[in-house]
Amino acid sequence: MIRDITLGQYYPGKSVIHSLDARTKIIATLLFIVELFVVNNFWGFLIAAWAMFSVIFASKVPVGFIFRGLAPVFFIIIFTFVINLFMCDGKVLVHWWIFTITYEGLRRAAFMAVRLILLIIGSSLMTLCTKPIELTDGLEKLLKPFSKLGLPSHEIALMMTIALRFIPTLMEETDKIIKAQQARGADFESGNLIQRAKSLIPILIPLFISSFRIAQELALAMEARCYNGGGGRTRMNEIHFRRRDAAAAIVLILFLAIIIASRWI
Amino acid sequence: MSIISVQNLIYEYVRTLEDGSTRKYRAIDGVSFDIEAGSFVAIIGRNGSGKSTLAKNLNGLLVPDEGRVLIDGMDTADDDLIWDIRSRIAMVFQNPDNQIVSSIIEDDVAFGPENLGIEPDEIRRRVDEALNAVGMYEHRMKGAHMLSGGQKQRVAIAGALAMRPDCIIFDEPTAMLDPKGRSQVMHIIKQLNAEGITAILITHFMEEAQEADRIIVMKDGSVYSDSTPEEFFADREKIKGAGMAMPPAVDLRERIADRGVDIPEEIMTGETLVDYIVEQVK
Amino acid sequence: MAIEVKNISYTYSPGLPGETLALDDVSFEIEDGQICGIIGHTGSGKSTLLQTLNGLIKPSQGSITIDGDCITDGSTKLVEIRKKVGLVFQYPEYQLFEETVAKDVAFGPKNLGLEHDEIDRRVREAIELVGLDYDSICEKSPFELSGGQKRRVAIAGVIAMNPKILILDEPTAGLDPGAHADVIRMVRNIHEELGIIIILVSHNMTDIANISDKVIVVNKAKIVADGTAREVFSRREFLQSMGLDVPPVIDIMHTLETRVEGFHSVAINADEAADEICTLLKQKK
Repeated sequence: MIRDITLGQYYPGKSVIHSLDARTKIIATLLFIVELFVVNNFWGFLIAAWAMFSVIFASKVPVGFIFRGLAPVFFIIIFTFVINLFMCDGKVLVHWWIFTITYEGLRRAAFMAVRLILLIIGSSLMTLCTKPIELTDGLEKLLKPFSKLGLPSHEIALMMTIALRFIPTLMEETDKIIKAQQARGADFESGNLIQRAKSLIPILIPLFISSFRIAQELALAMEARCYNGGGGRTRMNEIHFRRRDAAAAIVLILFLAIIIASRWI
Repeated sequence: MSIISVQNLIYEYVRTLEDGSTRKYRAIDGVSFDIEAGSFVAIIGRNGSGKSTLAKNLNGLLVPDEGRVLIDGMDTADDDLIWDIRSRIAMVFQNPDNQIVSSIIEDDVAFGPENLGIEPDEIRRRVDEALNAVGMYEHRMKGAHMLSGGQKQRVAIAGALAMRPDCIIFDEPTAMLDPKGRSQVMHIIKQLNAEGITAILITHFMEEAQEADRIIVMKDGSVYSDSTPEEFFADREKIKGAGMAMPPAVDLRERIADRGVDIPEEIMTGETLVDYIVEQVK
Repeated sequence: MAIEVKNISYTYSPGLPGETLALDDVSFEIEDGQICGIIGHTGSGKSTLLQTLNGLIKPSQGSITIDGDCITDGSTKLVEIRKKVGLVFQYPEYQLFEETVAKDVAFGPKNLGLEHDEIDRRVREAIELVGLDYDSICEKSPFELSGGQKRRVAIAGVIAMNPKILILDEPTAGLDPGAHADVIRMVRNIHEELGIIIILVSHNMTDIANISDKVIVVNKAKIVADGTAREVFSRREFLQSMGLDVPPVIDIMHTLETRVEGFHSVAINADEAADEICTLLKQKK
């Protein structure tokens, strides 16, 4: 069921991490992702992981809850690991039939898997500790300077808000349509590629129609609630750059320096 | 004093036919009525009778082709007044899912006041108040997708309330709910009306329409009947003519009358029916 | 063509945080040609139960036998199950997708791999059976129809598969009173014409009481009552303890019982209630 997916969800809380300005968290997450690609040895990952777990600890989000969110992407992690494991030349460790595992392959596979896990946990940590509305407000403010260049920052942020809100709704809708067509004997699993693509039509058309209906009804409901574009809007929770955000910025810079330095360990 | 005044309202949809030509289709055909401030009015009628189109004309989501709709004297066709009108005449729609904008409950309830440009502290106060009024305050930090249909509909009502409207139009708010959700939503509507908010309820459930002070029945774009529930449900032919059904007690009353037993036509609810019979057999 | 459900259980997302027991050791039988009403809350396990009957969900335990054939032992093909059991979901009009009504109704029979002529014949019969005029409607787009018509077309799409058991999940949800009465009349008509088992899920207790030969009550993943409509709805307090209602007319009669000494009601529908009240009024006069 979709309720099991923790990826992209918000975990309500009052921790230091929760109360940081959404802009700080967006920038920190972007930096963290960049840093994961700067790292070139396991010492670097150790530092990154230590930093990440410190943040998780500070955020008071249960570690188990975060790791359960990994379940849906577990397959991708395994896949990456296996692909890297067999696709590298070097010192042979094991050889069996057509499979060869090399020392370099093992190292690279572990490297990529760790990188992927840190990447997913790091970015889901941002959504777990930031209300969707703060996240989109933060994004809107970060993009504001570009609105002079014609970038519709408010509209982009609103689109994100609505997208986040309606992902579960559309997933449920898809599930219902698939079941209804299956009950009418539709078969999505057999046949060649063209037949399979064709078998998607009975799902896609109702789904499109539903999406348009949802969009129409939502637009009407927003109008009825006086939505009139971004101008003149206020916010219930204004986001503020506070002293703790400045402190976080200093920590971030230090962390960046350590990560870069780790390349020469 | 009337809060809404509908004067000779005509509304037409333009439909494009297969050959590319357009044809006008009259959804509302010369409707007039006034709605008293603080009253509870039910609007019933078959699908396609013009109920929903009428409702959307009452808060300027649609603007009359002919005639006028006045809200406290303000014309809905006046673009400068439209936000004032919509904040006073709020609306709750049928599908609970498709009217919630933000993922987190309290952020969604804040959407209306935010659009009105209200100060953050005041928004906070209104959101808390509105969530308390519908009994959803404890769920305020939850995700919308975690709620039941009835709970989502209560959140939608809170979203309307946070704009501090004088009147709320409920467009089939219970159609997609289970009995439990339905009775909770009806309870809230009655309670809000008792606190002074004008309630306009569009519904297919006769038991719900019975609760109103007045029933406007729409048929083919016109007002077919406009009376108290007692008057409307006293007349079997009228109910049939509107394509409506009899509420359970009315149905029972009519079946008793069919058996040649005299029974007053004003009887509309189970309680009055039982009272009458008890009186007779004493 | 009877259904026998024996000790079936089903759990959603076993081992995950969302783990829920949806069916807990459920057993019941429906006999040939019966209309069976199923009542229960949203989330009681009703929907899961319907989906197990159609093979969309495979119960983790227990067996379902339809007309002597066990459909849960893994040897029955899904297509075979769906030939036997037709399932119409809530708001089925949202699954329509073809250009014309006739093509949409033909989708199911086509998936069964039937001959062209046979498909045409079934489509025509199914459309007429749901109370629509085949010749005037078959070439129309399903999206131009009224809400009530769309729903009938969707139901016809399942009937055209010639099921021996037809399951209708809230077929009247969201319809206006006129369309509601039409759909109930249609269900009766289908039952009379085809004589198949119909399973009707509804929150409208009056419909359930009027139409069902047998009523099953589902609560918290279990079947808590199973009997004729009269037997089940006579247990008013028991149903109310689960937050379920009885038909309003039974409620009225119950109030009357408490107010008039010596009066006892066994009425299940408005006609019987009217008879009882008339007798009562004449007696005392």
